[in-house]
Amino acid sequence: MIGLSHYLLVGAALFGLGLFGLLTKRNLIAVLMSIELMLNSVNINLVAFSRFSATDAAAGQVFSLFIIAVAAAEVAVGLALAYAIYRGRDTVSVDEMNWLKW
Amino acid sequence: MNFDALMLEMAVALLALLILVADLLMEPGQSRRKLGYLAIAGLTGLLLVSLGRYGMQGAFFNGLFLQDDYALFFKQTFLIGAILVCLFSLDTVDNLPHSRAEFYVLLLFAVVGMMILASANDLITLYVGIELMTFSFFILVGYVLCETKSTEAAIKYLVLASAASAVMLYGMSLLFGIAGQLSYNALAKGLTASPALIVGGVMVLSGFAFKIAAPPFHMWAPDVYEGAPIPVTALLAMGSKAAGFAAMVRIFAEVFPGTGYPWPLLLLLLSGAAMLVGNLAAIPQTNLKRMLAYSSVAQAGYLLTGMLSGGFAGVKGVLFYLMIYVFANVGAFAVLTAVSRHRNGETIGDIAGLSRKAPVLAVVMTVSLLSMAGIPPLAGFVGKFFLFSSAIDAGYLWIAVLGFVLSMVSVYYYLNVVKSMYLGAPADDRPFEIAMPVRVTAVFAMAATLAMGVYPGPLSQLAETAAKTVFK
Repeated sequence: MIGLSHYLLVGAALFGLGLFGLLTKRNLIAVLMSIELMLNSVNINLVAFSRFSATDAAAGQVFSLFIIAVAAAEVAVGLALAYAIYRGRDTVSVDEMNWLKW
Repeated sequence: MNFDALMLEMAVALLALLILVADLLMEPGQSRRKLGYLAIAGLTGLLLVSLGRYGMQGAFFNGLFLQDDYALFFKQTFLIGAILVCLFSLDTVDNLPHSRAEFYVLLLFAVVGMMILASANDLITLYVGIELMTFSFFILVGYVLCETKSTEAAIKYLVLASAASAVMLYGMSLLFGIAGQLSYNALAKGLTASPALIVGGVMVLSGFAFKIAAPPFHMWAPDVYEGAPIPVTALLAMGSKAAGFAAMVRIFAEVFPGTGYPWPLLLLLLSGAAMLVGNLAAIPQTNLKRMLAYSSVAQAGYLLTGMLSGGFAGVKGVLFYLMIYVFANVGAFAVLTAVSRHRNGETIGDIAGLSRKAPVLAVVMTVSLLSMAGIPPLAGFVGKFFLFSSAIDAGYLWIAVLGFVLSMVSVYYYLNVVKSMYLGAPADDRPFEIAMPVRVTAVFAMAATLAMGVYPGPLSQLAETAAKTVFK
């Protein structure tokens, strides 16, 4: 029987993967994808909680819809900026983004 | 549904849309200065309207959105900040290579996001407010597409801010799992002591710490402040911080106290770390925007001491300090705009000899910096007095001592700038041009800083009324 804890484990694993990718990936696009993973793990959590334990079942699902919409906007801005960086420097590697420091 | 509660937000959003439409009706090559004046006039009108809205209580959409004096005080802070920033950005915008009108539009949308944050009474509203503000800032920070520094700052801000909000959202999902609902009132009743609550609470707190730039979540601030256009930096420094505090104070006053964990201890650690890191890292900086970024990290530390007491006295200090911080910030950044126009740089060498070329601006810069350092009789002193005395009353003597000592440290790097302005030799002898709006903004900000330092009574009373609506 699959219960709440299974969903939460998947959510936590996905969040951990996203965080790992965020910290280790060197390509800007991959970093943006890692952030998407983290946001989606939150969606899994919210939907699982609203199915199994919430007193207000709709709230969690509505929240995850908001997150999906906002995540789409974030990717749009993120890719636009990545393109602007690429035009200027011919690379999207985060190692090269070292003009601003100390 | 009580649409009146949303009146200010709707009006600012409509103003933004109006500017967007008006931009389409104008000739492509024409100056967009009129639209800037339209934004300033609209915001000033709304500020005047909002003065009459004290004492009104209201909720929108089943309590998702609250209208009270506390939120109203913050909204006025944002409106004043936005008006002054619009005013001194008029010339910067005129010199932008592309899409000039959209600058004002995005600035107004950022203000809408901040205003929503001040009124948020539900985790969804909180999230939407945060993202509306942050997304507008992503675009504003990277506004000058042909300038790679600006784009790099924007992409750094985007990645870090999105990661911070993902962490915060994960925390929110855990809080939702425990309480089963998302509104603050229900969360206050439904949160029970459990390990998940600790994890969730700490994750939500780290999201806020990112917004107010408190260590260890402050590393974005220096890079983004340096890369962004100066007016955007000014709005980011005061708006993002004030909005973060607006939401954070409310959630820490209404949701977390009942859960039985020592949350003020975490705030104490954040506050001490922010004061230490901010003040010590500001010392070796030569770029003034970077120095002001580290100084704003330190300001977050001072502000956090006001949240330790968990009573209205500390929150009154937070409200007062944020309002005067707006003026000090606007003064400093307005001067920096003029210097950067002239020298095309913002280092301590670029500002050298300013007193001989533009004595008024040098005085404004001095007053703004000394107000941030908390030197009497300027407004910063009164603000710090409220904050630290509330911390001492609550039994946190040592954090107040630390704050006092580090304020003295901050005088060193602030006075370094003053020394360069008054004793340094100018780097060139071209005539120094100051645009009229920049001069007006700078002088107004200085006058406000002086006035509130000498006569803080009315503002502190207003802040006290506002703080009391959160702590009934």
